[in-house]
Parts: sequence; C-alpha cells; structure tokens
Amino acid sequence: MTDRCAFKLPRDRFDDLLQAIRQRNYLLLAPVERDGSVMWGEIEGSRELAWGKADSQAPGSYRLEAGHPERCFEVTHGPQSLKSLTFSPRQKLVHVRCGDDGLTFDSEAAESKPTAVIGVRACDLAALKMQERIFIEGEYADPYFKARREKLLLVAVNCTRAQPTCFCASMGTGPAAESGFDLVLTELEEGFLVAAGSRTGEEIIASLNLDAAGEPEQEEARQAVEACAASQTRSINTEQLPQAMYAAHDHPHWDDIASRCLSCANCTMVCPTCFCHAVEEVPTLSRDESERIRVWDSCFTPEHGYIHGKNMRPATRERYRMWLTHKLAAWIDQFGSSGCVGCGRCITWCPVGIDLTAEVAALLEKDA
Amino acid sequence: MNPYAIHAARIAEKIQEAPGIYTFRLLFEDEAVASAFAFAGGQFNMLYVAGVGEIPISIVSDPDRARELDHTIRVVGRVSEVMGNLQEGDTLGIRGPFGHGWPLDEARGRDVLVVTGGLGCAPVAGAIEYIFRRREQYGSVKIMHGVKKPRDLLFRERFDAWRQHPDTEVLLASDVAGRTWHYHIGVVTELFDEVEMEPERSIVMMCGPEVMMRLAAEHMGRRGVPRERMYLSMERNMQCGIGLCGHCQIGPYFACKDGPVMRYDRIAPFLGRDV
Repeated sequence: MTDRCAFKLPRDRFDDLLQAIRQRNYLLLAPVERDGSVMWGEIEGSRELAWGKADSQAPGSYRLEAGHPERCFEVTHGPQSLKSLTFSPRQKLVHVRCGDDGLTFDSEAAESKPTAVIGVRACDLAALKMQERIFIEGEYADPYFKARREKLLLVAVNCTRAQPTCFCASMGTGPAAESGFDLVLTELEEGFLVAAGSRTGEEIIASLNLDAAGEPEQEEARQAVEACAASQTRSINTEQLPQAMYAAHDHPHWDDIASRCLSCANCTMVCPTCFCHAVEEVPTLSRDESERIRVWDSCFTPEHGYIHGKNMRPATRERYRMWLTHKLAAWIDQFGSSGCVGCGRCITWCPVGIDLTAEVAALLEKDA
Repeated sequence: MNPYAIHAARIAEKIQEAPGIYTFRLLFEDEAVASAFAFAGGQFNMLYVAGVGEIPISIVSDPDRARELDHTIRVVGRVSEVMGNLQEGDTLGIRGPFGHGWPLDEARGRDVLVVTGGLGCAPVAGAIEYIFRRREQYGSVKIMHGVKKPRDLLFRERFDAWRQHPDTEVLLASDVAGRTWHYHIGVVTELFDEVEMEPERSIVMMCGPEVMMRLAAEHMGRRGVPRERMYLSMERNMQCGIGLCGHCQIGPYFACKDGPVMRYDRIAPFLGRDV
C-alpha cells in the first residue's frame, strides 16, 4: 500500500466529505442494499450506505449478513463492478432517420451526468484501467465509453475484508487501491483514513480541514489491508500464462467443466473486464426511424461464434474454453496483461459454483 | 473520428452475378465523405440496411477508384436477404474501411499466386486489378479459382480479362462438370500441380472456405513456399469492425482488426479450432 499524504476523517464527518463532492455537482453513487445484495444506487448522504452489513460469498452463493455495526464498507462487492457505468449494458450508438431523401445518421455520444462513485474496490479499478485500454486507448477510441468515463469521480476503498472467492492478491490488483482513483478511504475502528489520488481529490480534502493521520492510524490501515491479502485462500498461478492455457486446448478437463457449466453467461455479465457486445437494430413500427443499440453479449451464447451456416463454438465445451483461454491467455497477447483481476465474481455468481481458479489448476496439470 | 458513424450511400448500380449473388456499386451521398474515402484491396466496409442491421462486406473494386465502391454479397442471412432486394437508387449506409488488406507492397517484385474458392474471388479482385495496373512491378501472376458448380462462377469477364495480361495464368476448377465448363474438373488444390512456381520468390493470397485455404496452405508449404509469405482472408462473425465486439476472435487475433487478411504462420496454430 503506497504511503500517500493521509488524513483522518472521523466517522461523524464522513457526510462532510460526501457533501463536498456533491457541491461539485456530482451525483453520488454508492453500494446500497438491494435484492439481498448491494448494487450501485444514488444516495444523498452516508445514511443510505450498507451500515452494519457484511457479505458472505462462496462458489454459487451470496448472502448479506450482520457485520460490524459501525462500519459501512464491510460488504466487499456485489455483482456490479464499474463496468456498467462506463461500458453501458445498453448504449445507443446511432440514431437513423429514414426519409424520402434517404438516410440521415446521428452518432453523437450523449453527455452524461458527473457521477461520483463511492466505495470502489482495487480489483474494479484494475478492471476499469483494462477497459480503458480496450475501449479508448486502442486504434479506435469509443466515444460513448469515453464520454461516460470522463464524468466519473472515483472514491476507492481499500479492502480490509476478503471473501473466500477473492484472489486479487495473486493477480497483483489488490486489495489496496494503488492508483486510478480521486480519493481513497480505509475504514478503521474509529473513522476513516483518506488520501487523494488526483488534483480534484486533493482539493476536496483541502476543503475539509482534516487533521493529518498519525502513525498509529496509518499502521492500523496498513495492517488491516495486509491481513486482508493474507486471508485470501484462492489464487491463480500466473507464471505459466499465457502459453500453458493455449497448450491446454485439448485437455480432457474441458469436458468435465462442460458437464457442469450451464452456459448461462452469468460469469461474463459480472466480469468487470468482459467487453463482448452485440449491436441490435431497433426500428420504430413505422420504420421511418431506427436505432443501433449496443448491448452486452457473451461468448456463452450460441450466436456468439455463429457465421452463416457454421458455429465456430458449437457447444459449451468450446464456449467455456473460449472464455477462459481468452481471459487468461489471448488477453495478455491482445492487451498486455491478464483479463482476470481476481475479483471472484464469476465464482460467486456461477449458479453451479464453477471456480475458475480450480479449473485453471486442473488444466495446467502436466498429466492430462 | 467516431468509428460508429455511418455515412449514407446510394446504389448506383446493381449487378446480378449469379443466383443470390449481387454486386452493388455504391456512391457516398456526401461529397466530403466521398473525397476523403480511401481503401486498400482486401479491406471491408460495414454495410448498413436501415431497420435491419449491418454486415461486413469486402470492397471488391479497384482501390485506385475509391469513389465507386463495389461490394459483392451473397444472400445468406437476415441482413443480406433484405440487401439483396434493394434496387438502384436506394440508399444504404457505409462504415469503414476496416481491417488490413492484401500485402501488395510486400508482393512487389515477387510472383503472385492467388488461390480462391467460391465467393472468395471477390475480396481479391480489387488487389488483382491493382497489380495489373502496375504490371511491371510484379513477377508472374497465377490465379487459381475453384467453384462447386460451373454456374457458381462469378466475374467470368474479369477472369477472361486477367488472362490477357502478360506472364499471367488463370486456372479454373469446378467440383462437378457442366456443358460450358472447359476447365479443370476437381478441387482447386489439384490445379497446383499444373502450375510452375518458384516457391522462394512467390507470395500467396488466399480467400475462400477455411478448409480450402488450410489444405492449400499445407500444399504450398510442401512445395516450399515459406509460411510467412502466405496470406489468408478470414471470415468470422463481425459486428463492430474495430476489434471491440469480441465475436471474431481467432486465438489472440481479432479477424476484423488484425485481419481479415492474415499471415499464415501467425494464424496456422489457430485454424480449425476455436481459440
């Protein structure tokens, strides 16, 4: 955990921080309890956060339980990452008008509202960085992603509690948020430690007249984050990647996975880096207007690999192999680092509890 | 520049090449778009039919004449079905050009072997015409094309015209015989035995069914053509054209962005498999 100029934020001044952000015309988005989990929800103050709640995640299982009554960031994460805020699940790309004089097109990216996201985790910052590389730093910059990203203010929280499904430490992405945020919080026994990661973050802290954190608070934060890393039980051995995954192409274990996998696409929906999408045509009934809408797609659907008369990935075995080989091997060749950030969501939200860390271990075993 | 921006184009001419196969000659409506548009042989456009959708289609015309853009389509799916019913004067949309085309610079000074099958002759046609316009810059040209049935042969006049160029051979094959078929009966790879080639000074461009390209590449490899001088035009599900939608992946490559024309040595490990 990088030592930044840290300040003490007493619990009863947490709302001052939130209001300082609101005064800068940001909507506040934070993990709020919904449908037995936490989801991004608009809040006005800290009262609406998940105080006294903690999540308990396991393969195929997610439960909200009672947590530390005076903490609001004990819930590690819900099914949503930052993905839906930048790479929208439903994004209008082009509006088409079909008149007597032919076709006219409008593909302007809509202006989005400045939004501050409170409680962003290190794994999700790493995933956002990866999606930025894919969508805006490549050969073609995606204006819709860019327009949304530019309006985000990110308030990270260092994780002090890991789930049994978490393995960010082995992927080198957490549990401490190192960069890519405007502000970072660490929840302590008494209040928070807060530090800035951007000029805006510095200005917000300066406006609050906070006391600099002393060594005891900093030490408490460090230890809590280190203990969180040490408590992680799952891992992926990344040393042999990407070659070992390509080499495992004909491994019999793919059949074993396919016998369990429902091809439901949950893993790709909750994955913070998965970027596949389809484009739908949505015409009006009168057909004088139409819209091209980008929607999230998944390599687990039968349509994904389909091309007139032939399916490149006809069965679950090929689809799961495509997903995992892309995530852990091809991704490295394409974008310079792994497509997995170790958030563990694909394990938690898999209805049959398929655990990619275990599958990778089995696939990389020498004796097939 | 917004890579999703679509530009209106008018169908100036519609040519029926064979049953269910049409060539559309398209002109941009906007003069500024038309004059700025440039492409390389082998690149493709996303063609858009209002209210229906977009499909990736190779530009089959001469890259030196980028104002008239020819696209040859086969009616095989939802979008191409509707497109096939469009008429001269109708408007559709173009987004592009995308992808990497044929290695026409690398081919300079070399013998060029073109191996195509079925509709695969279309994406190479523009490149072939580019070469013939600069005939002296290239070595011998050998064009080998296979079809299933004689009536599947498109561009008959183009093949006949190509045949007239110096130091050029055009060899055609059909899987089945027909009354008007004076050429080889059998598969395209059987034509390889009929041509003289100097493998070390040759470059190969292939387009057609993947199985045909794989067999052709293996055959050429046995004849001594280096794998890094064989190029294949790959076809996959493409919805964005810019390497973002994820469907067209072949191993670490995106067929739309890294291809559609890809070097054999790079793609060989992933041919005939999903990743």
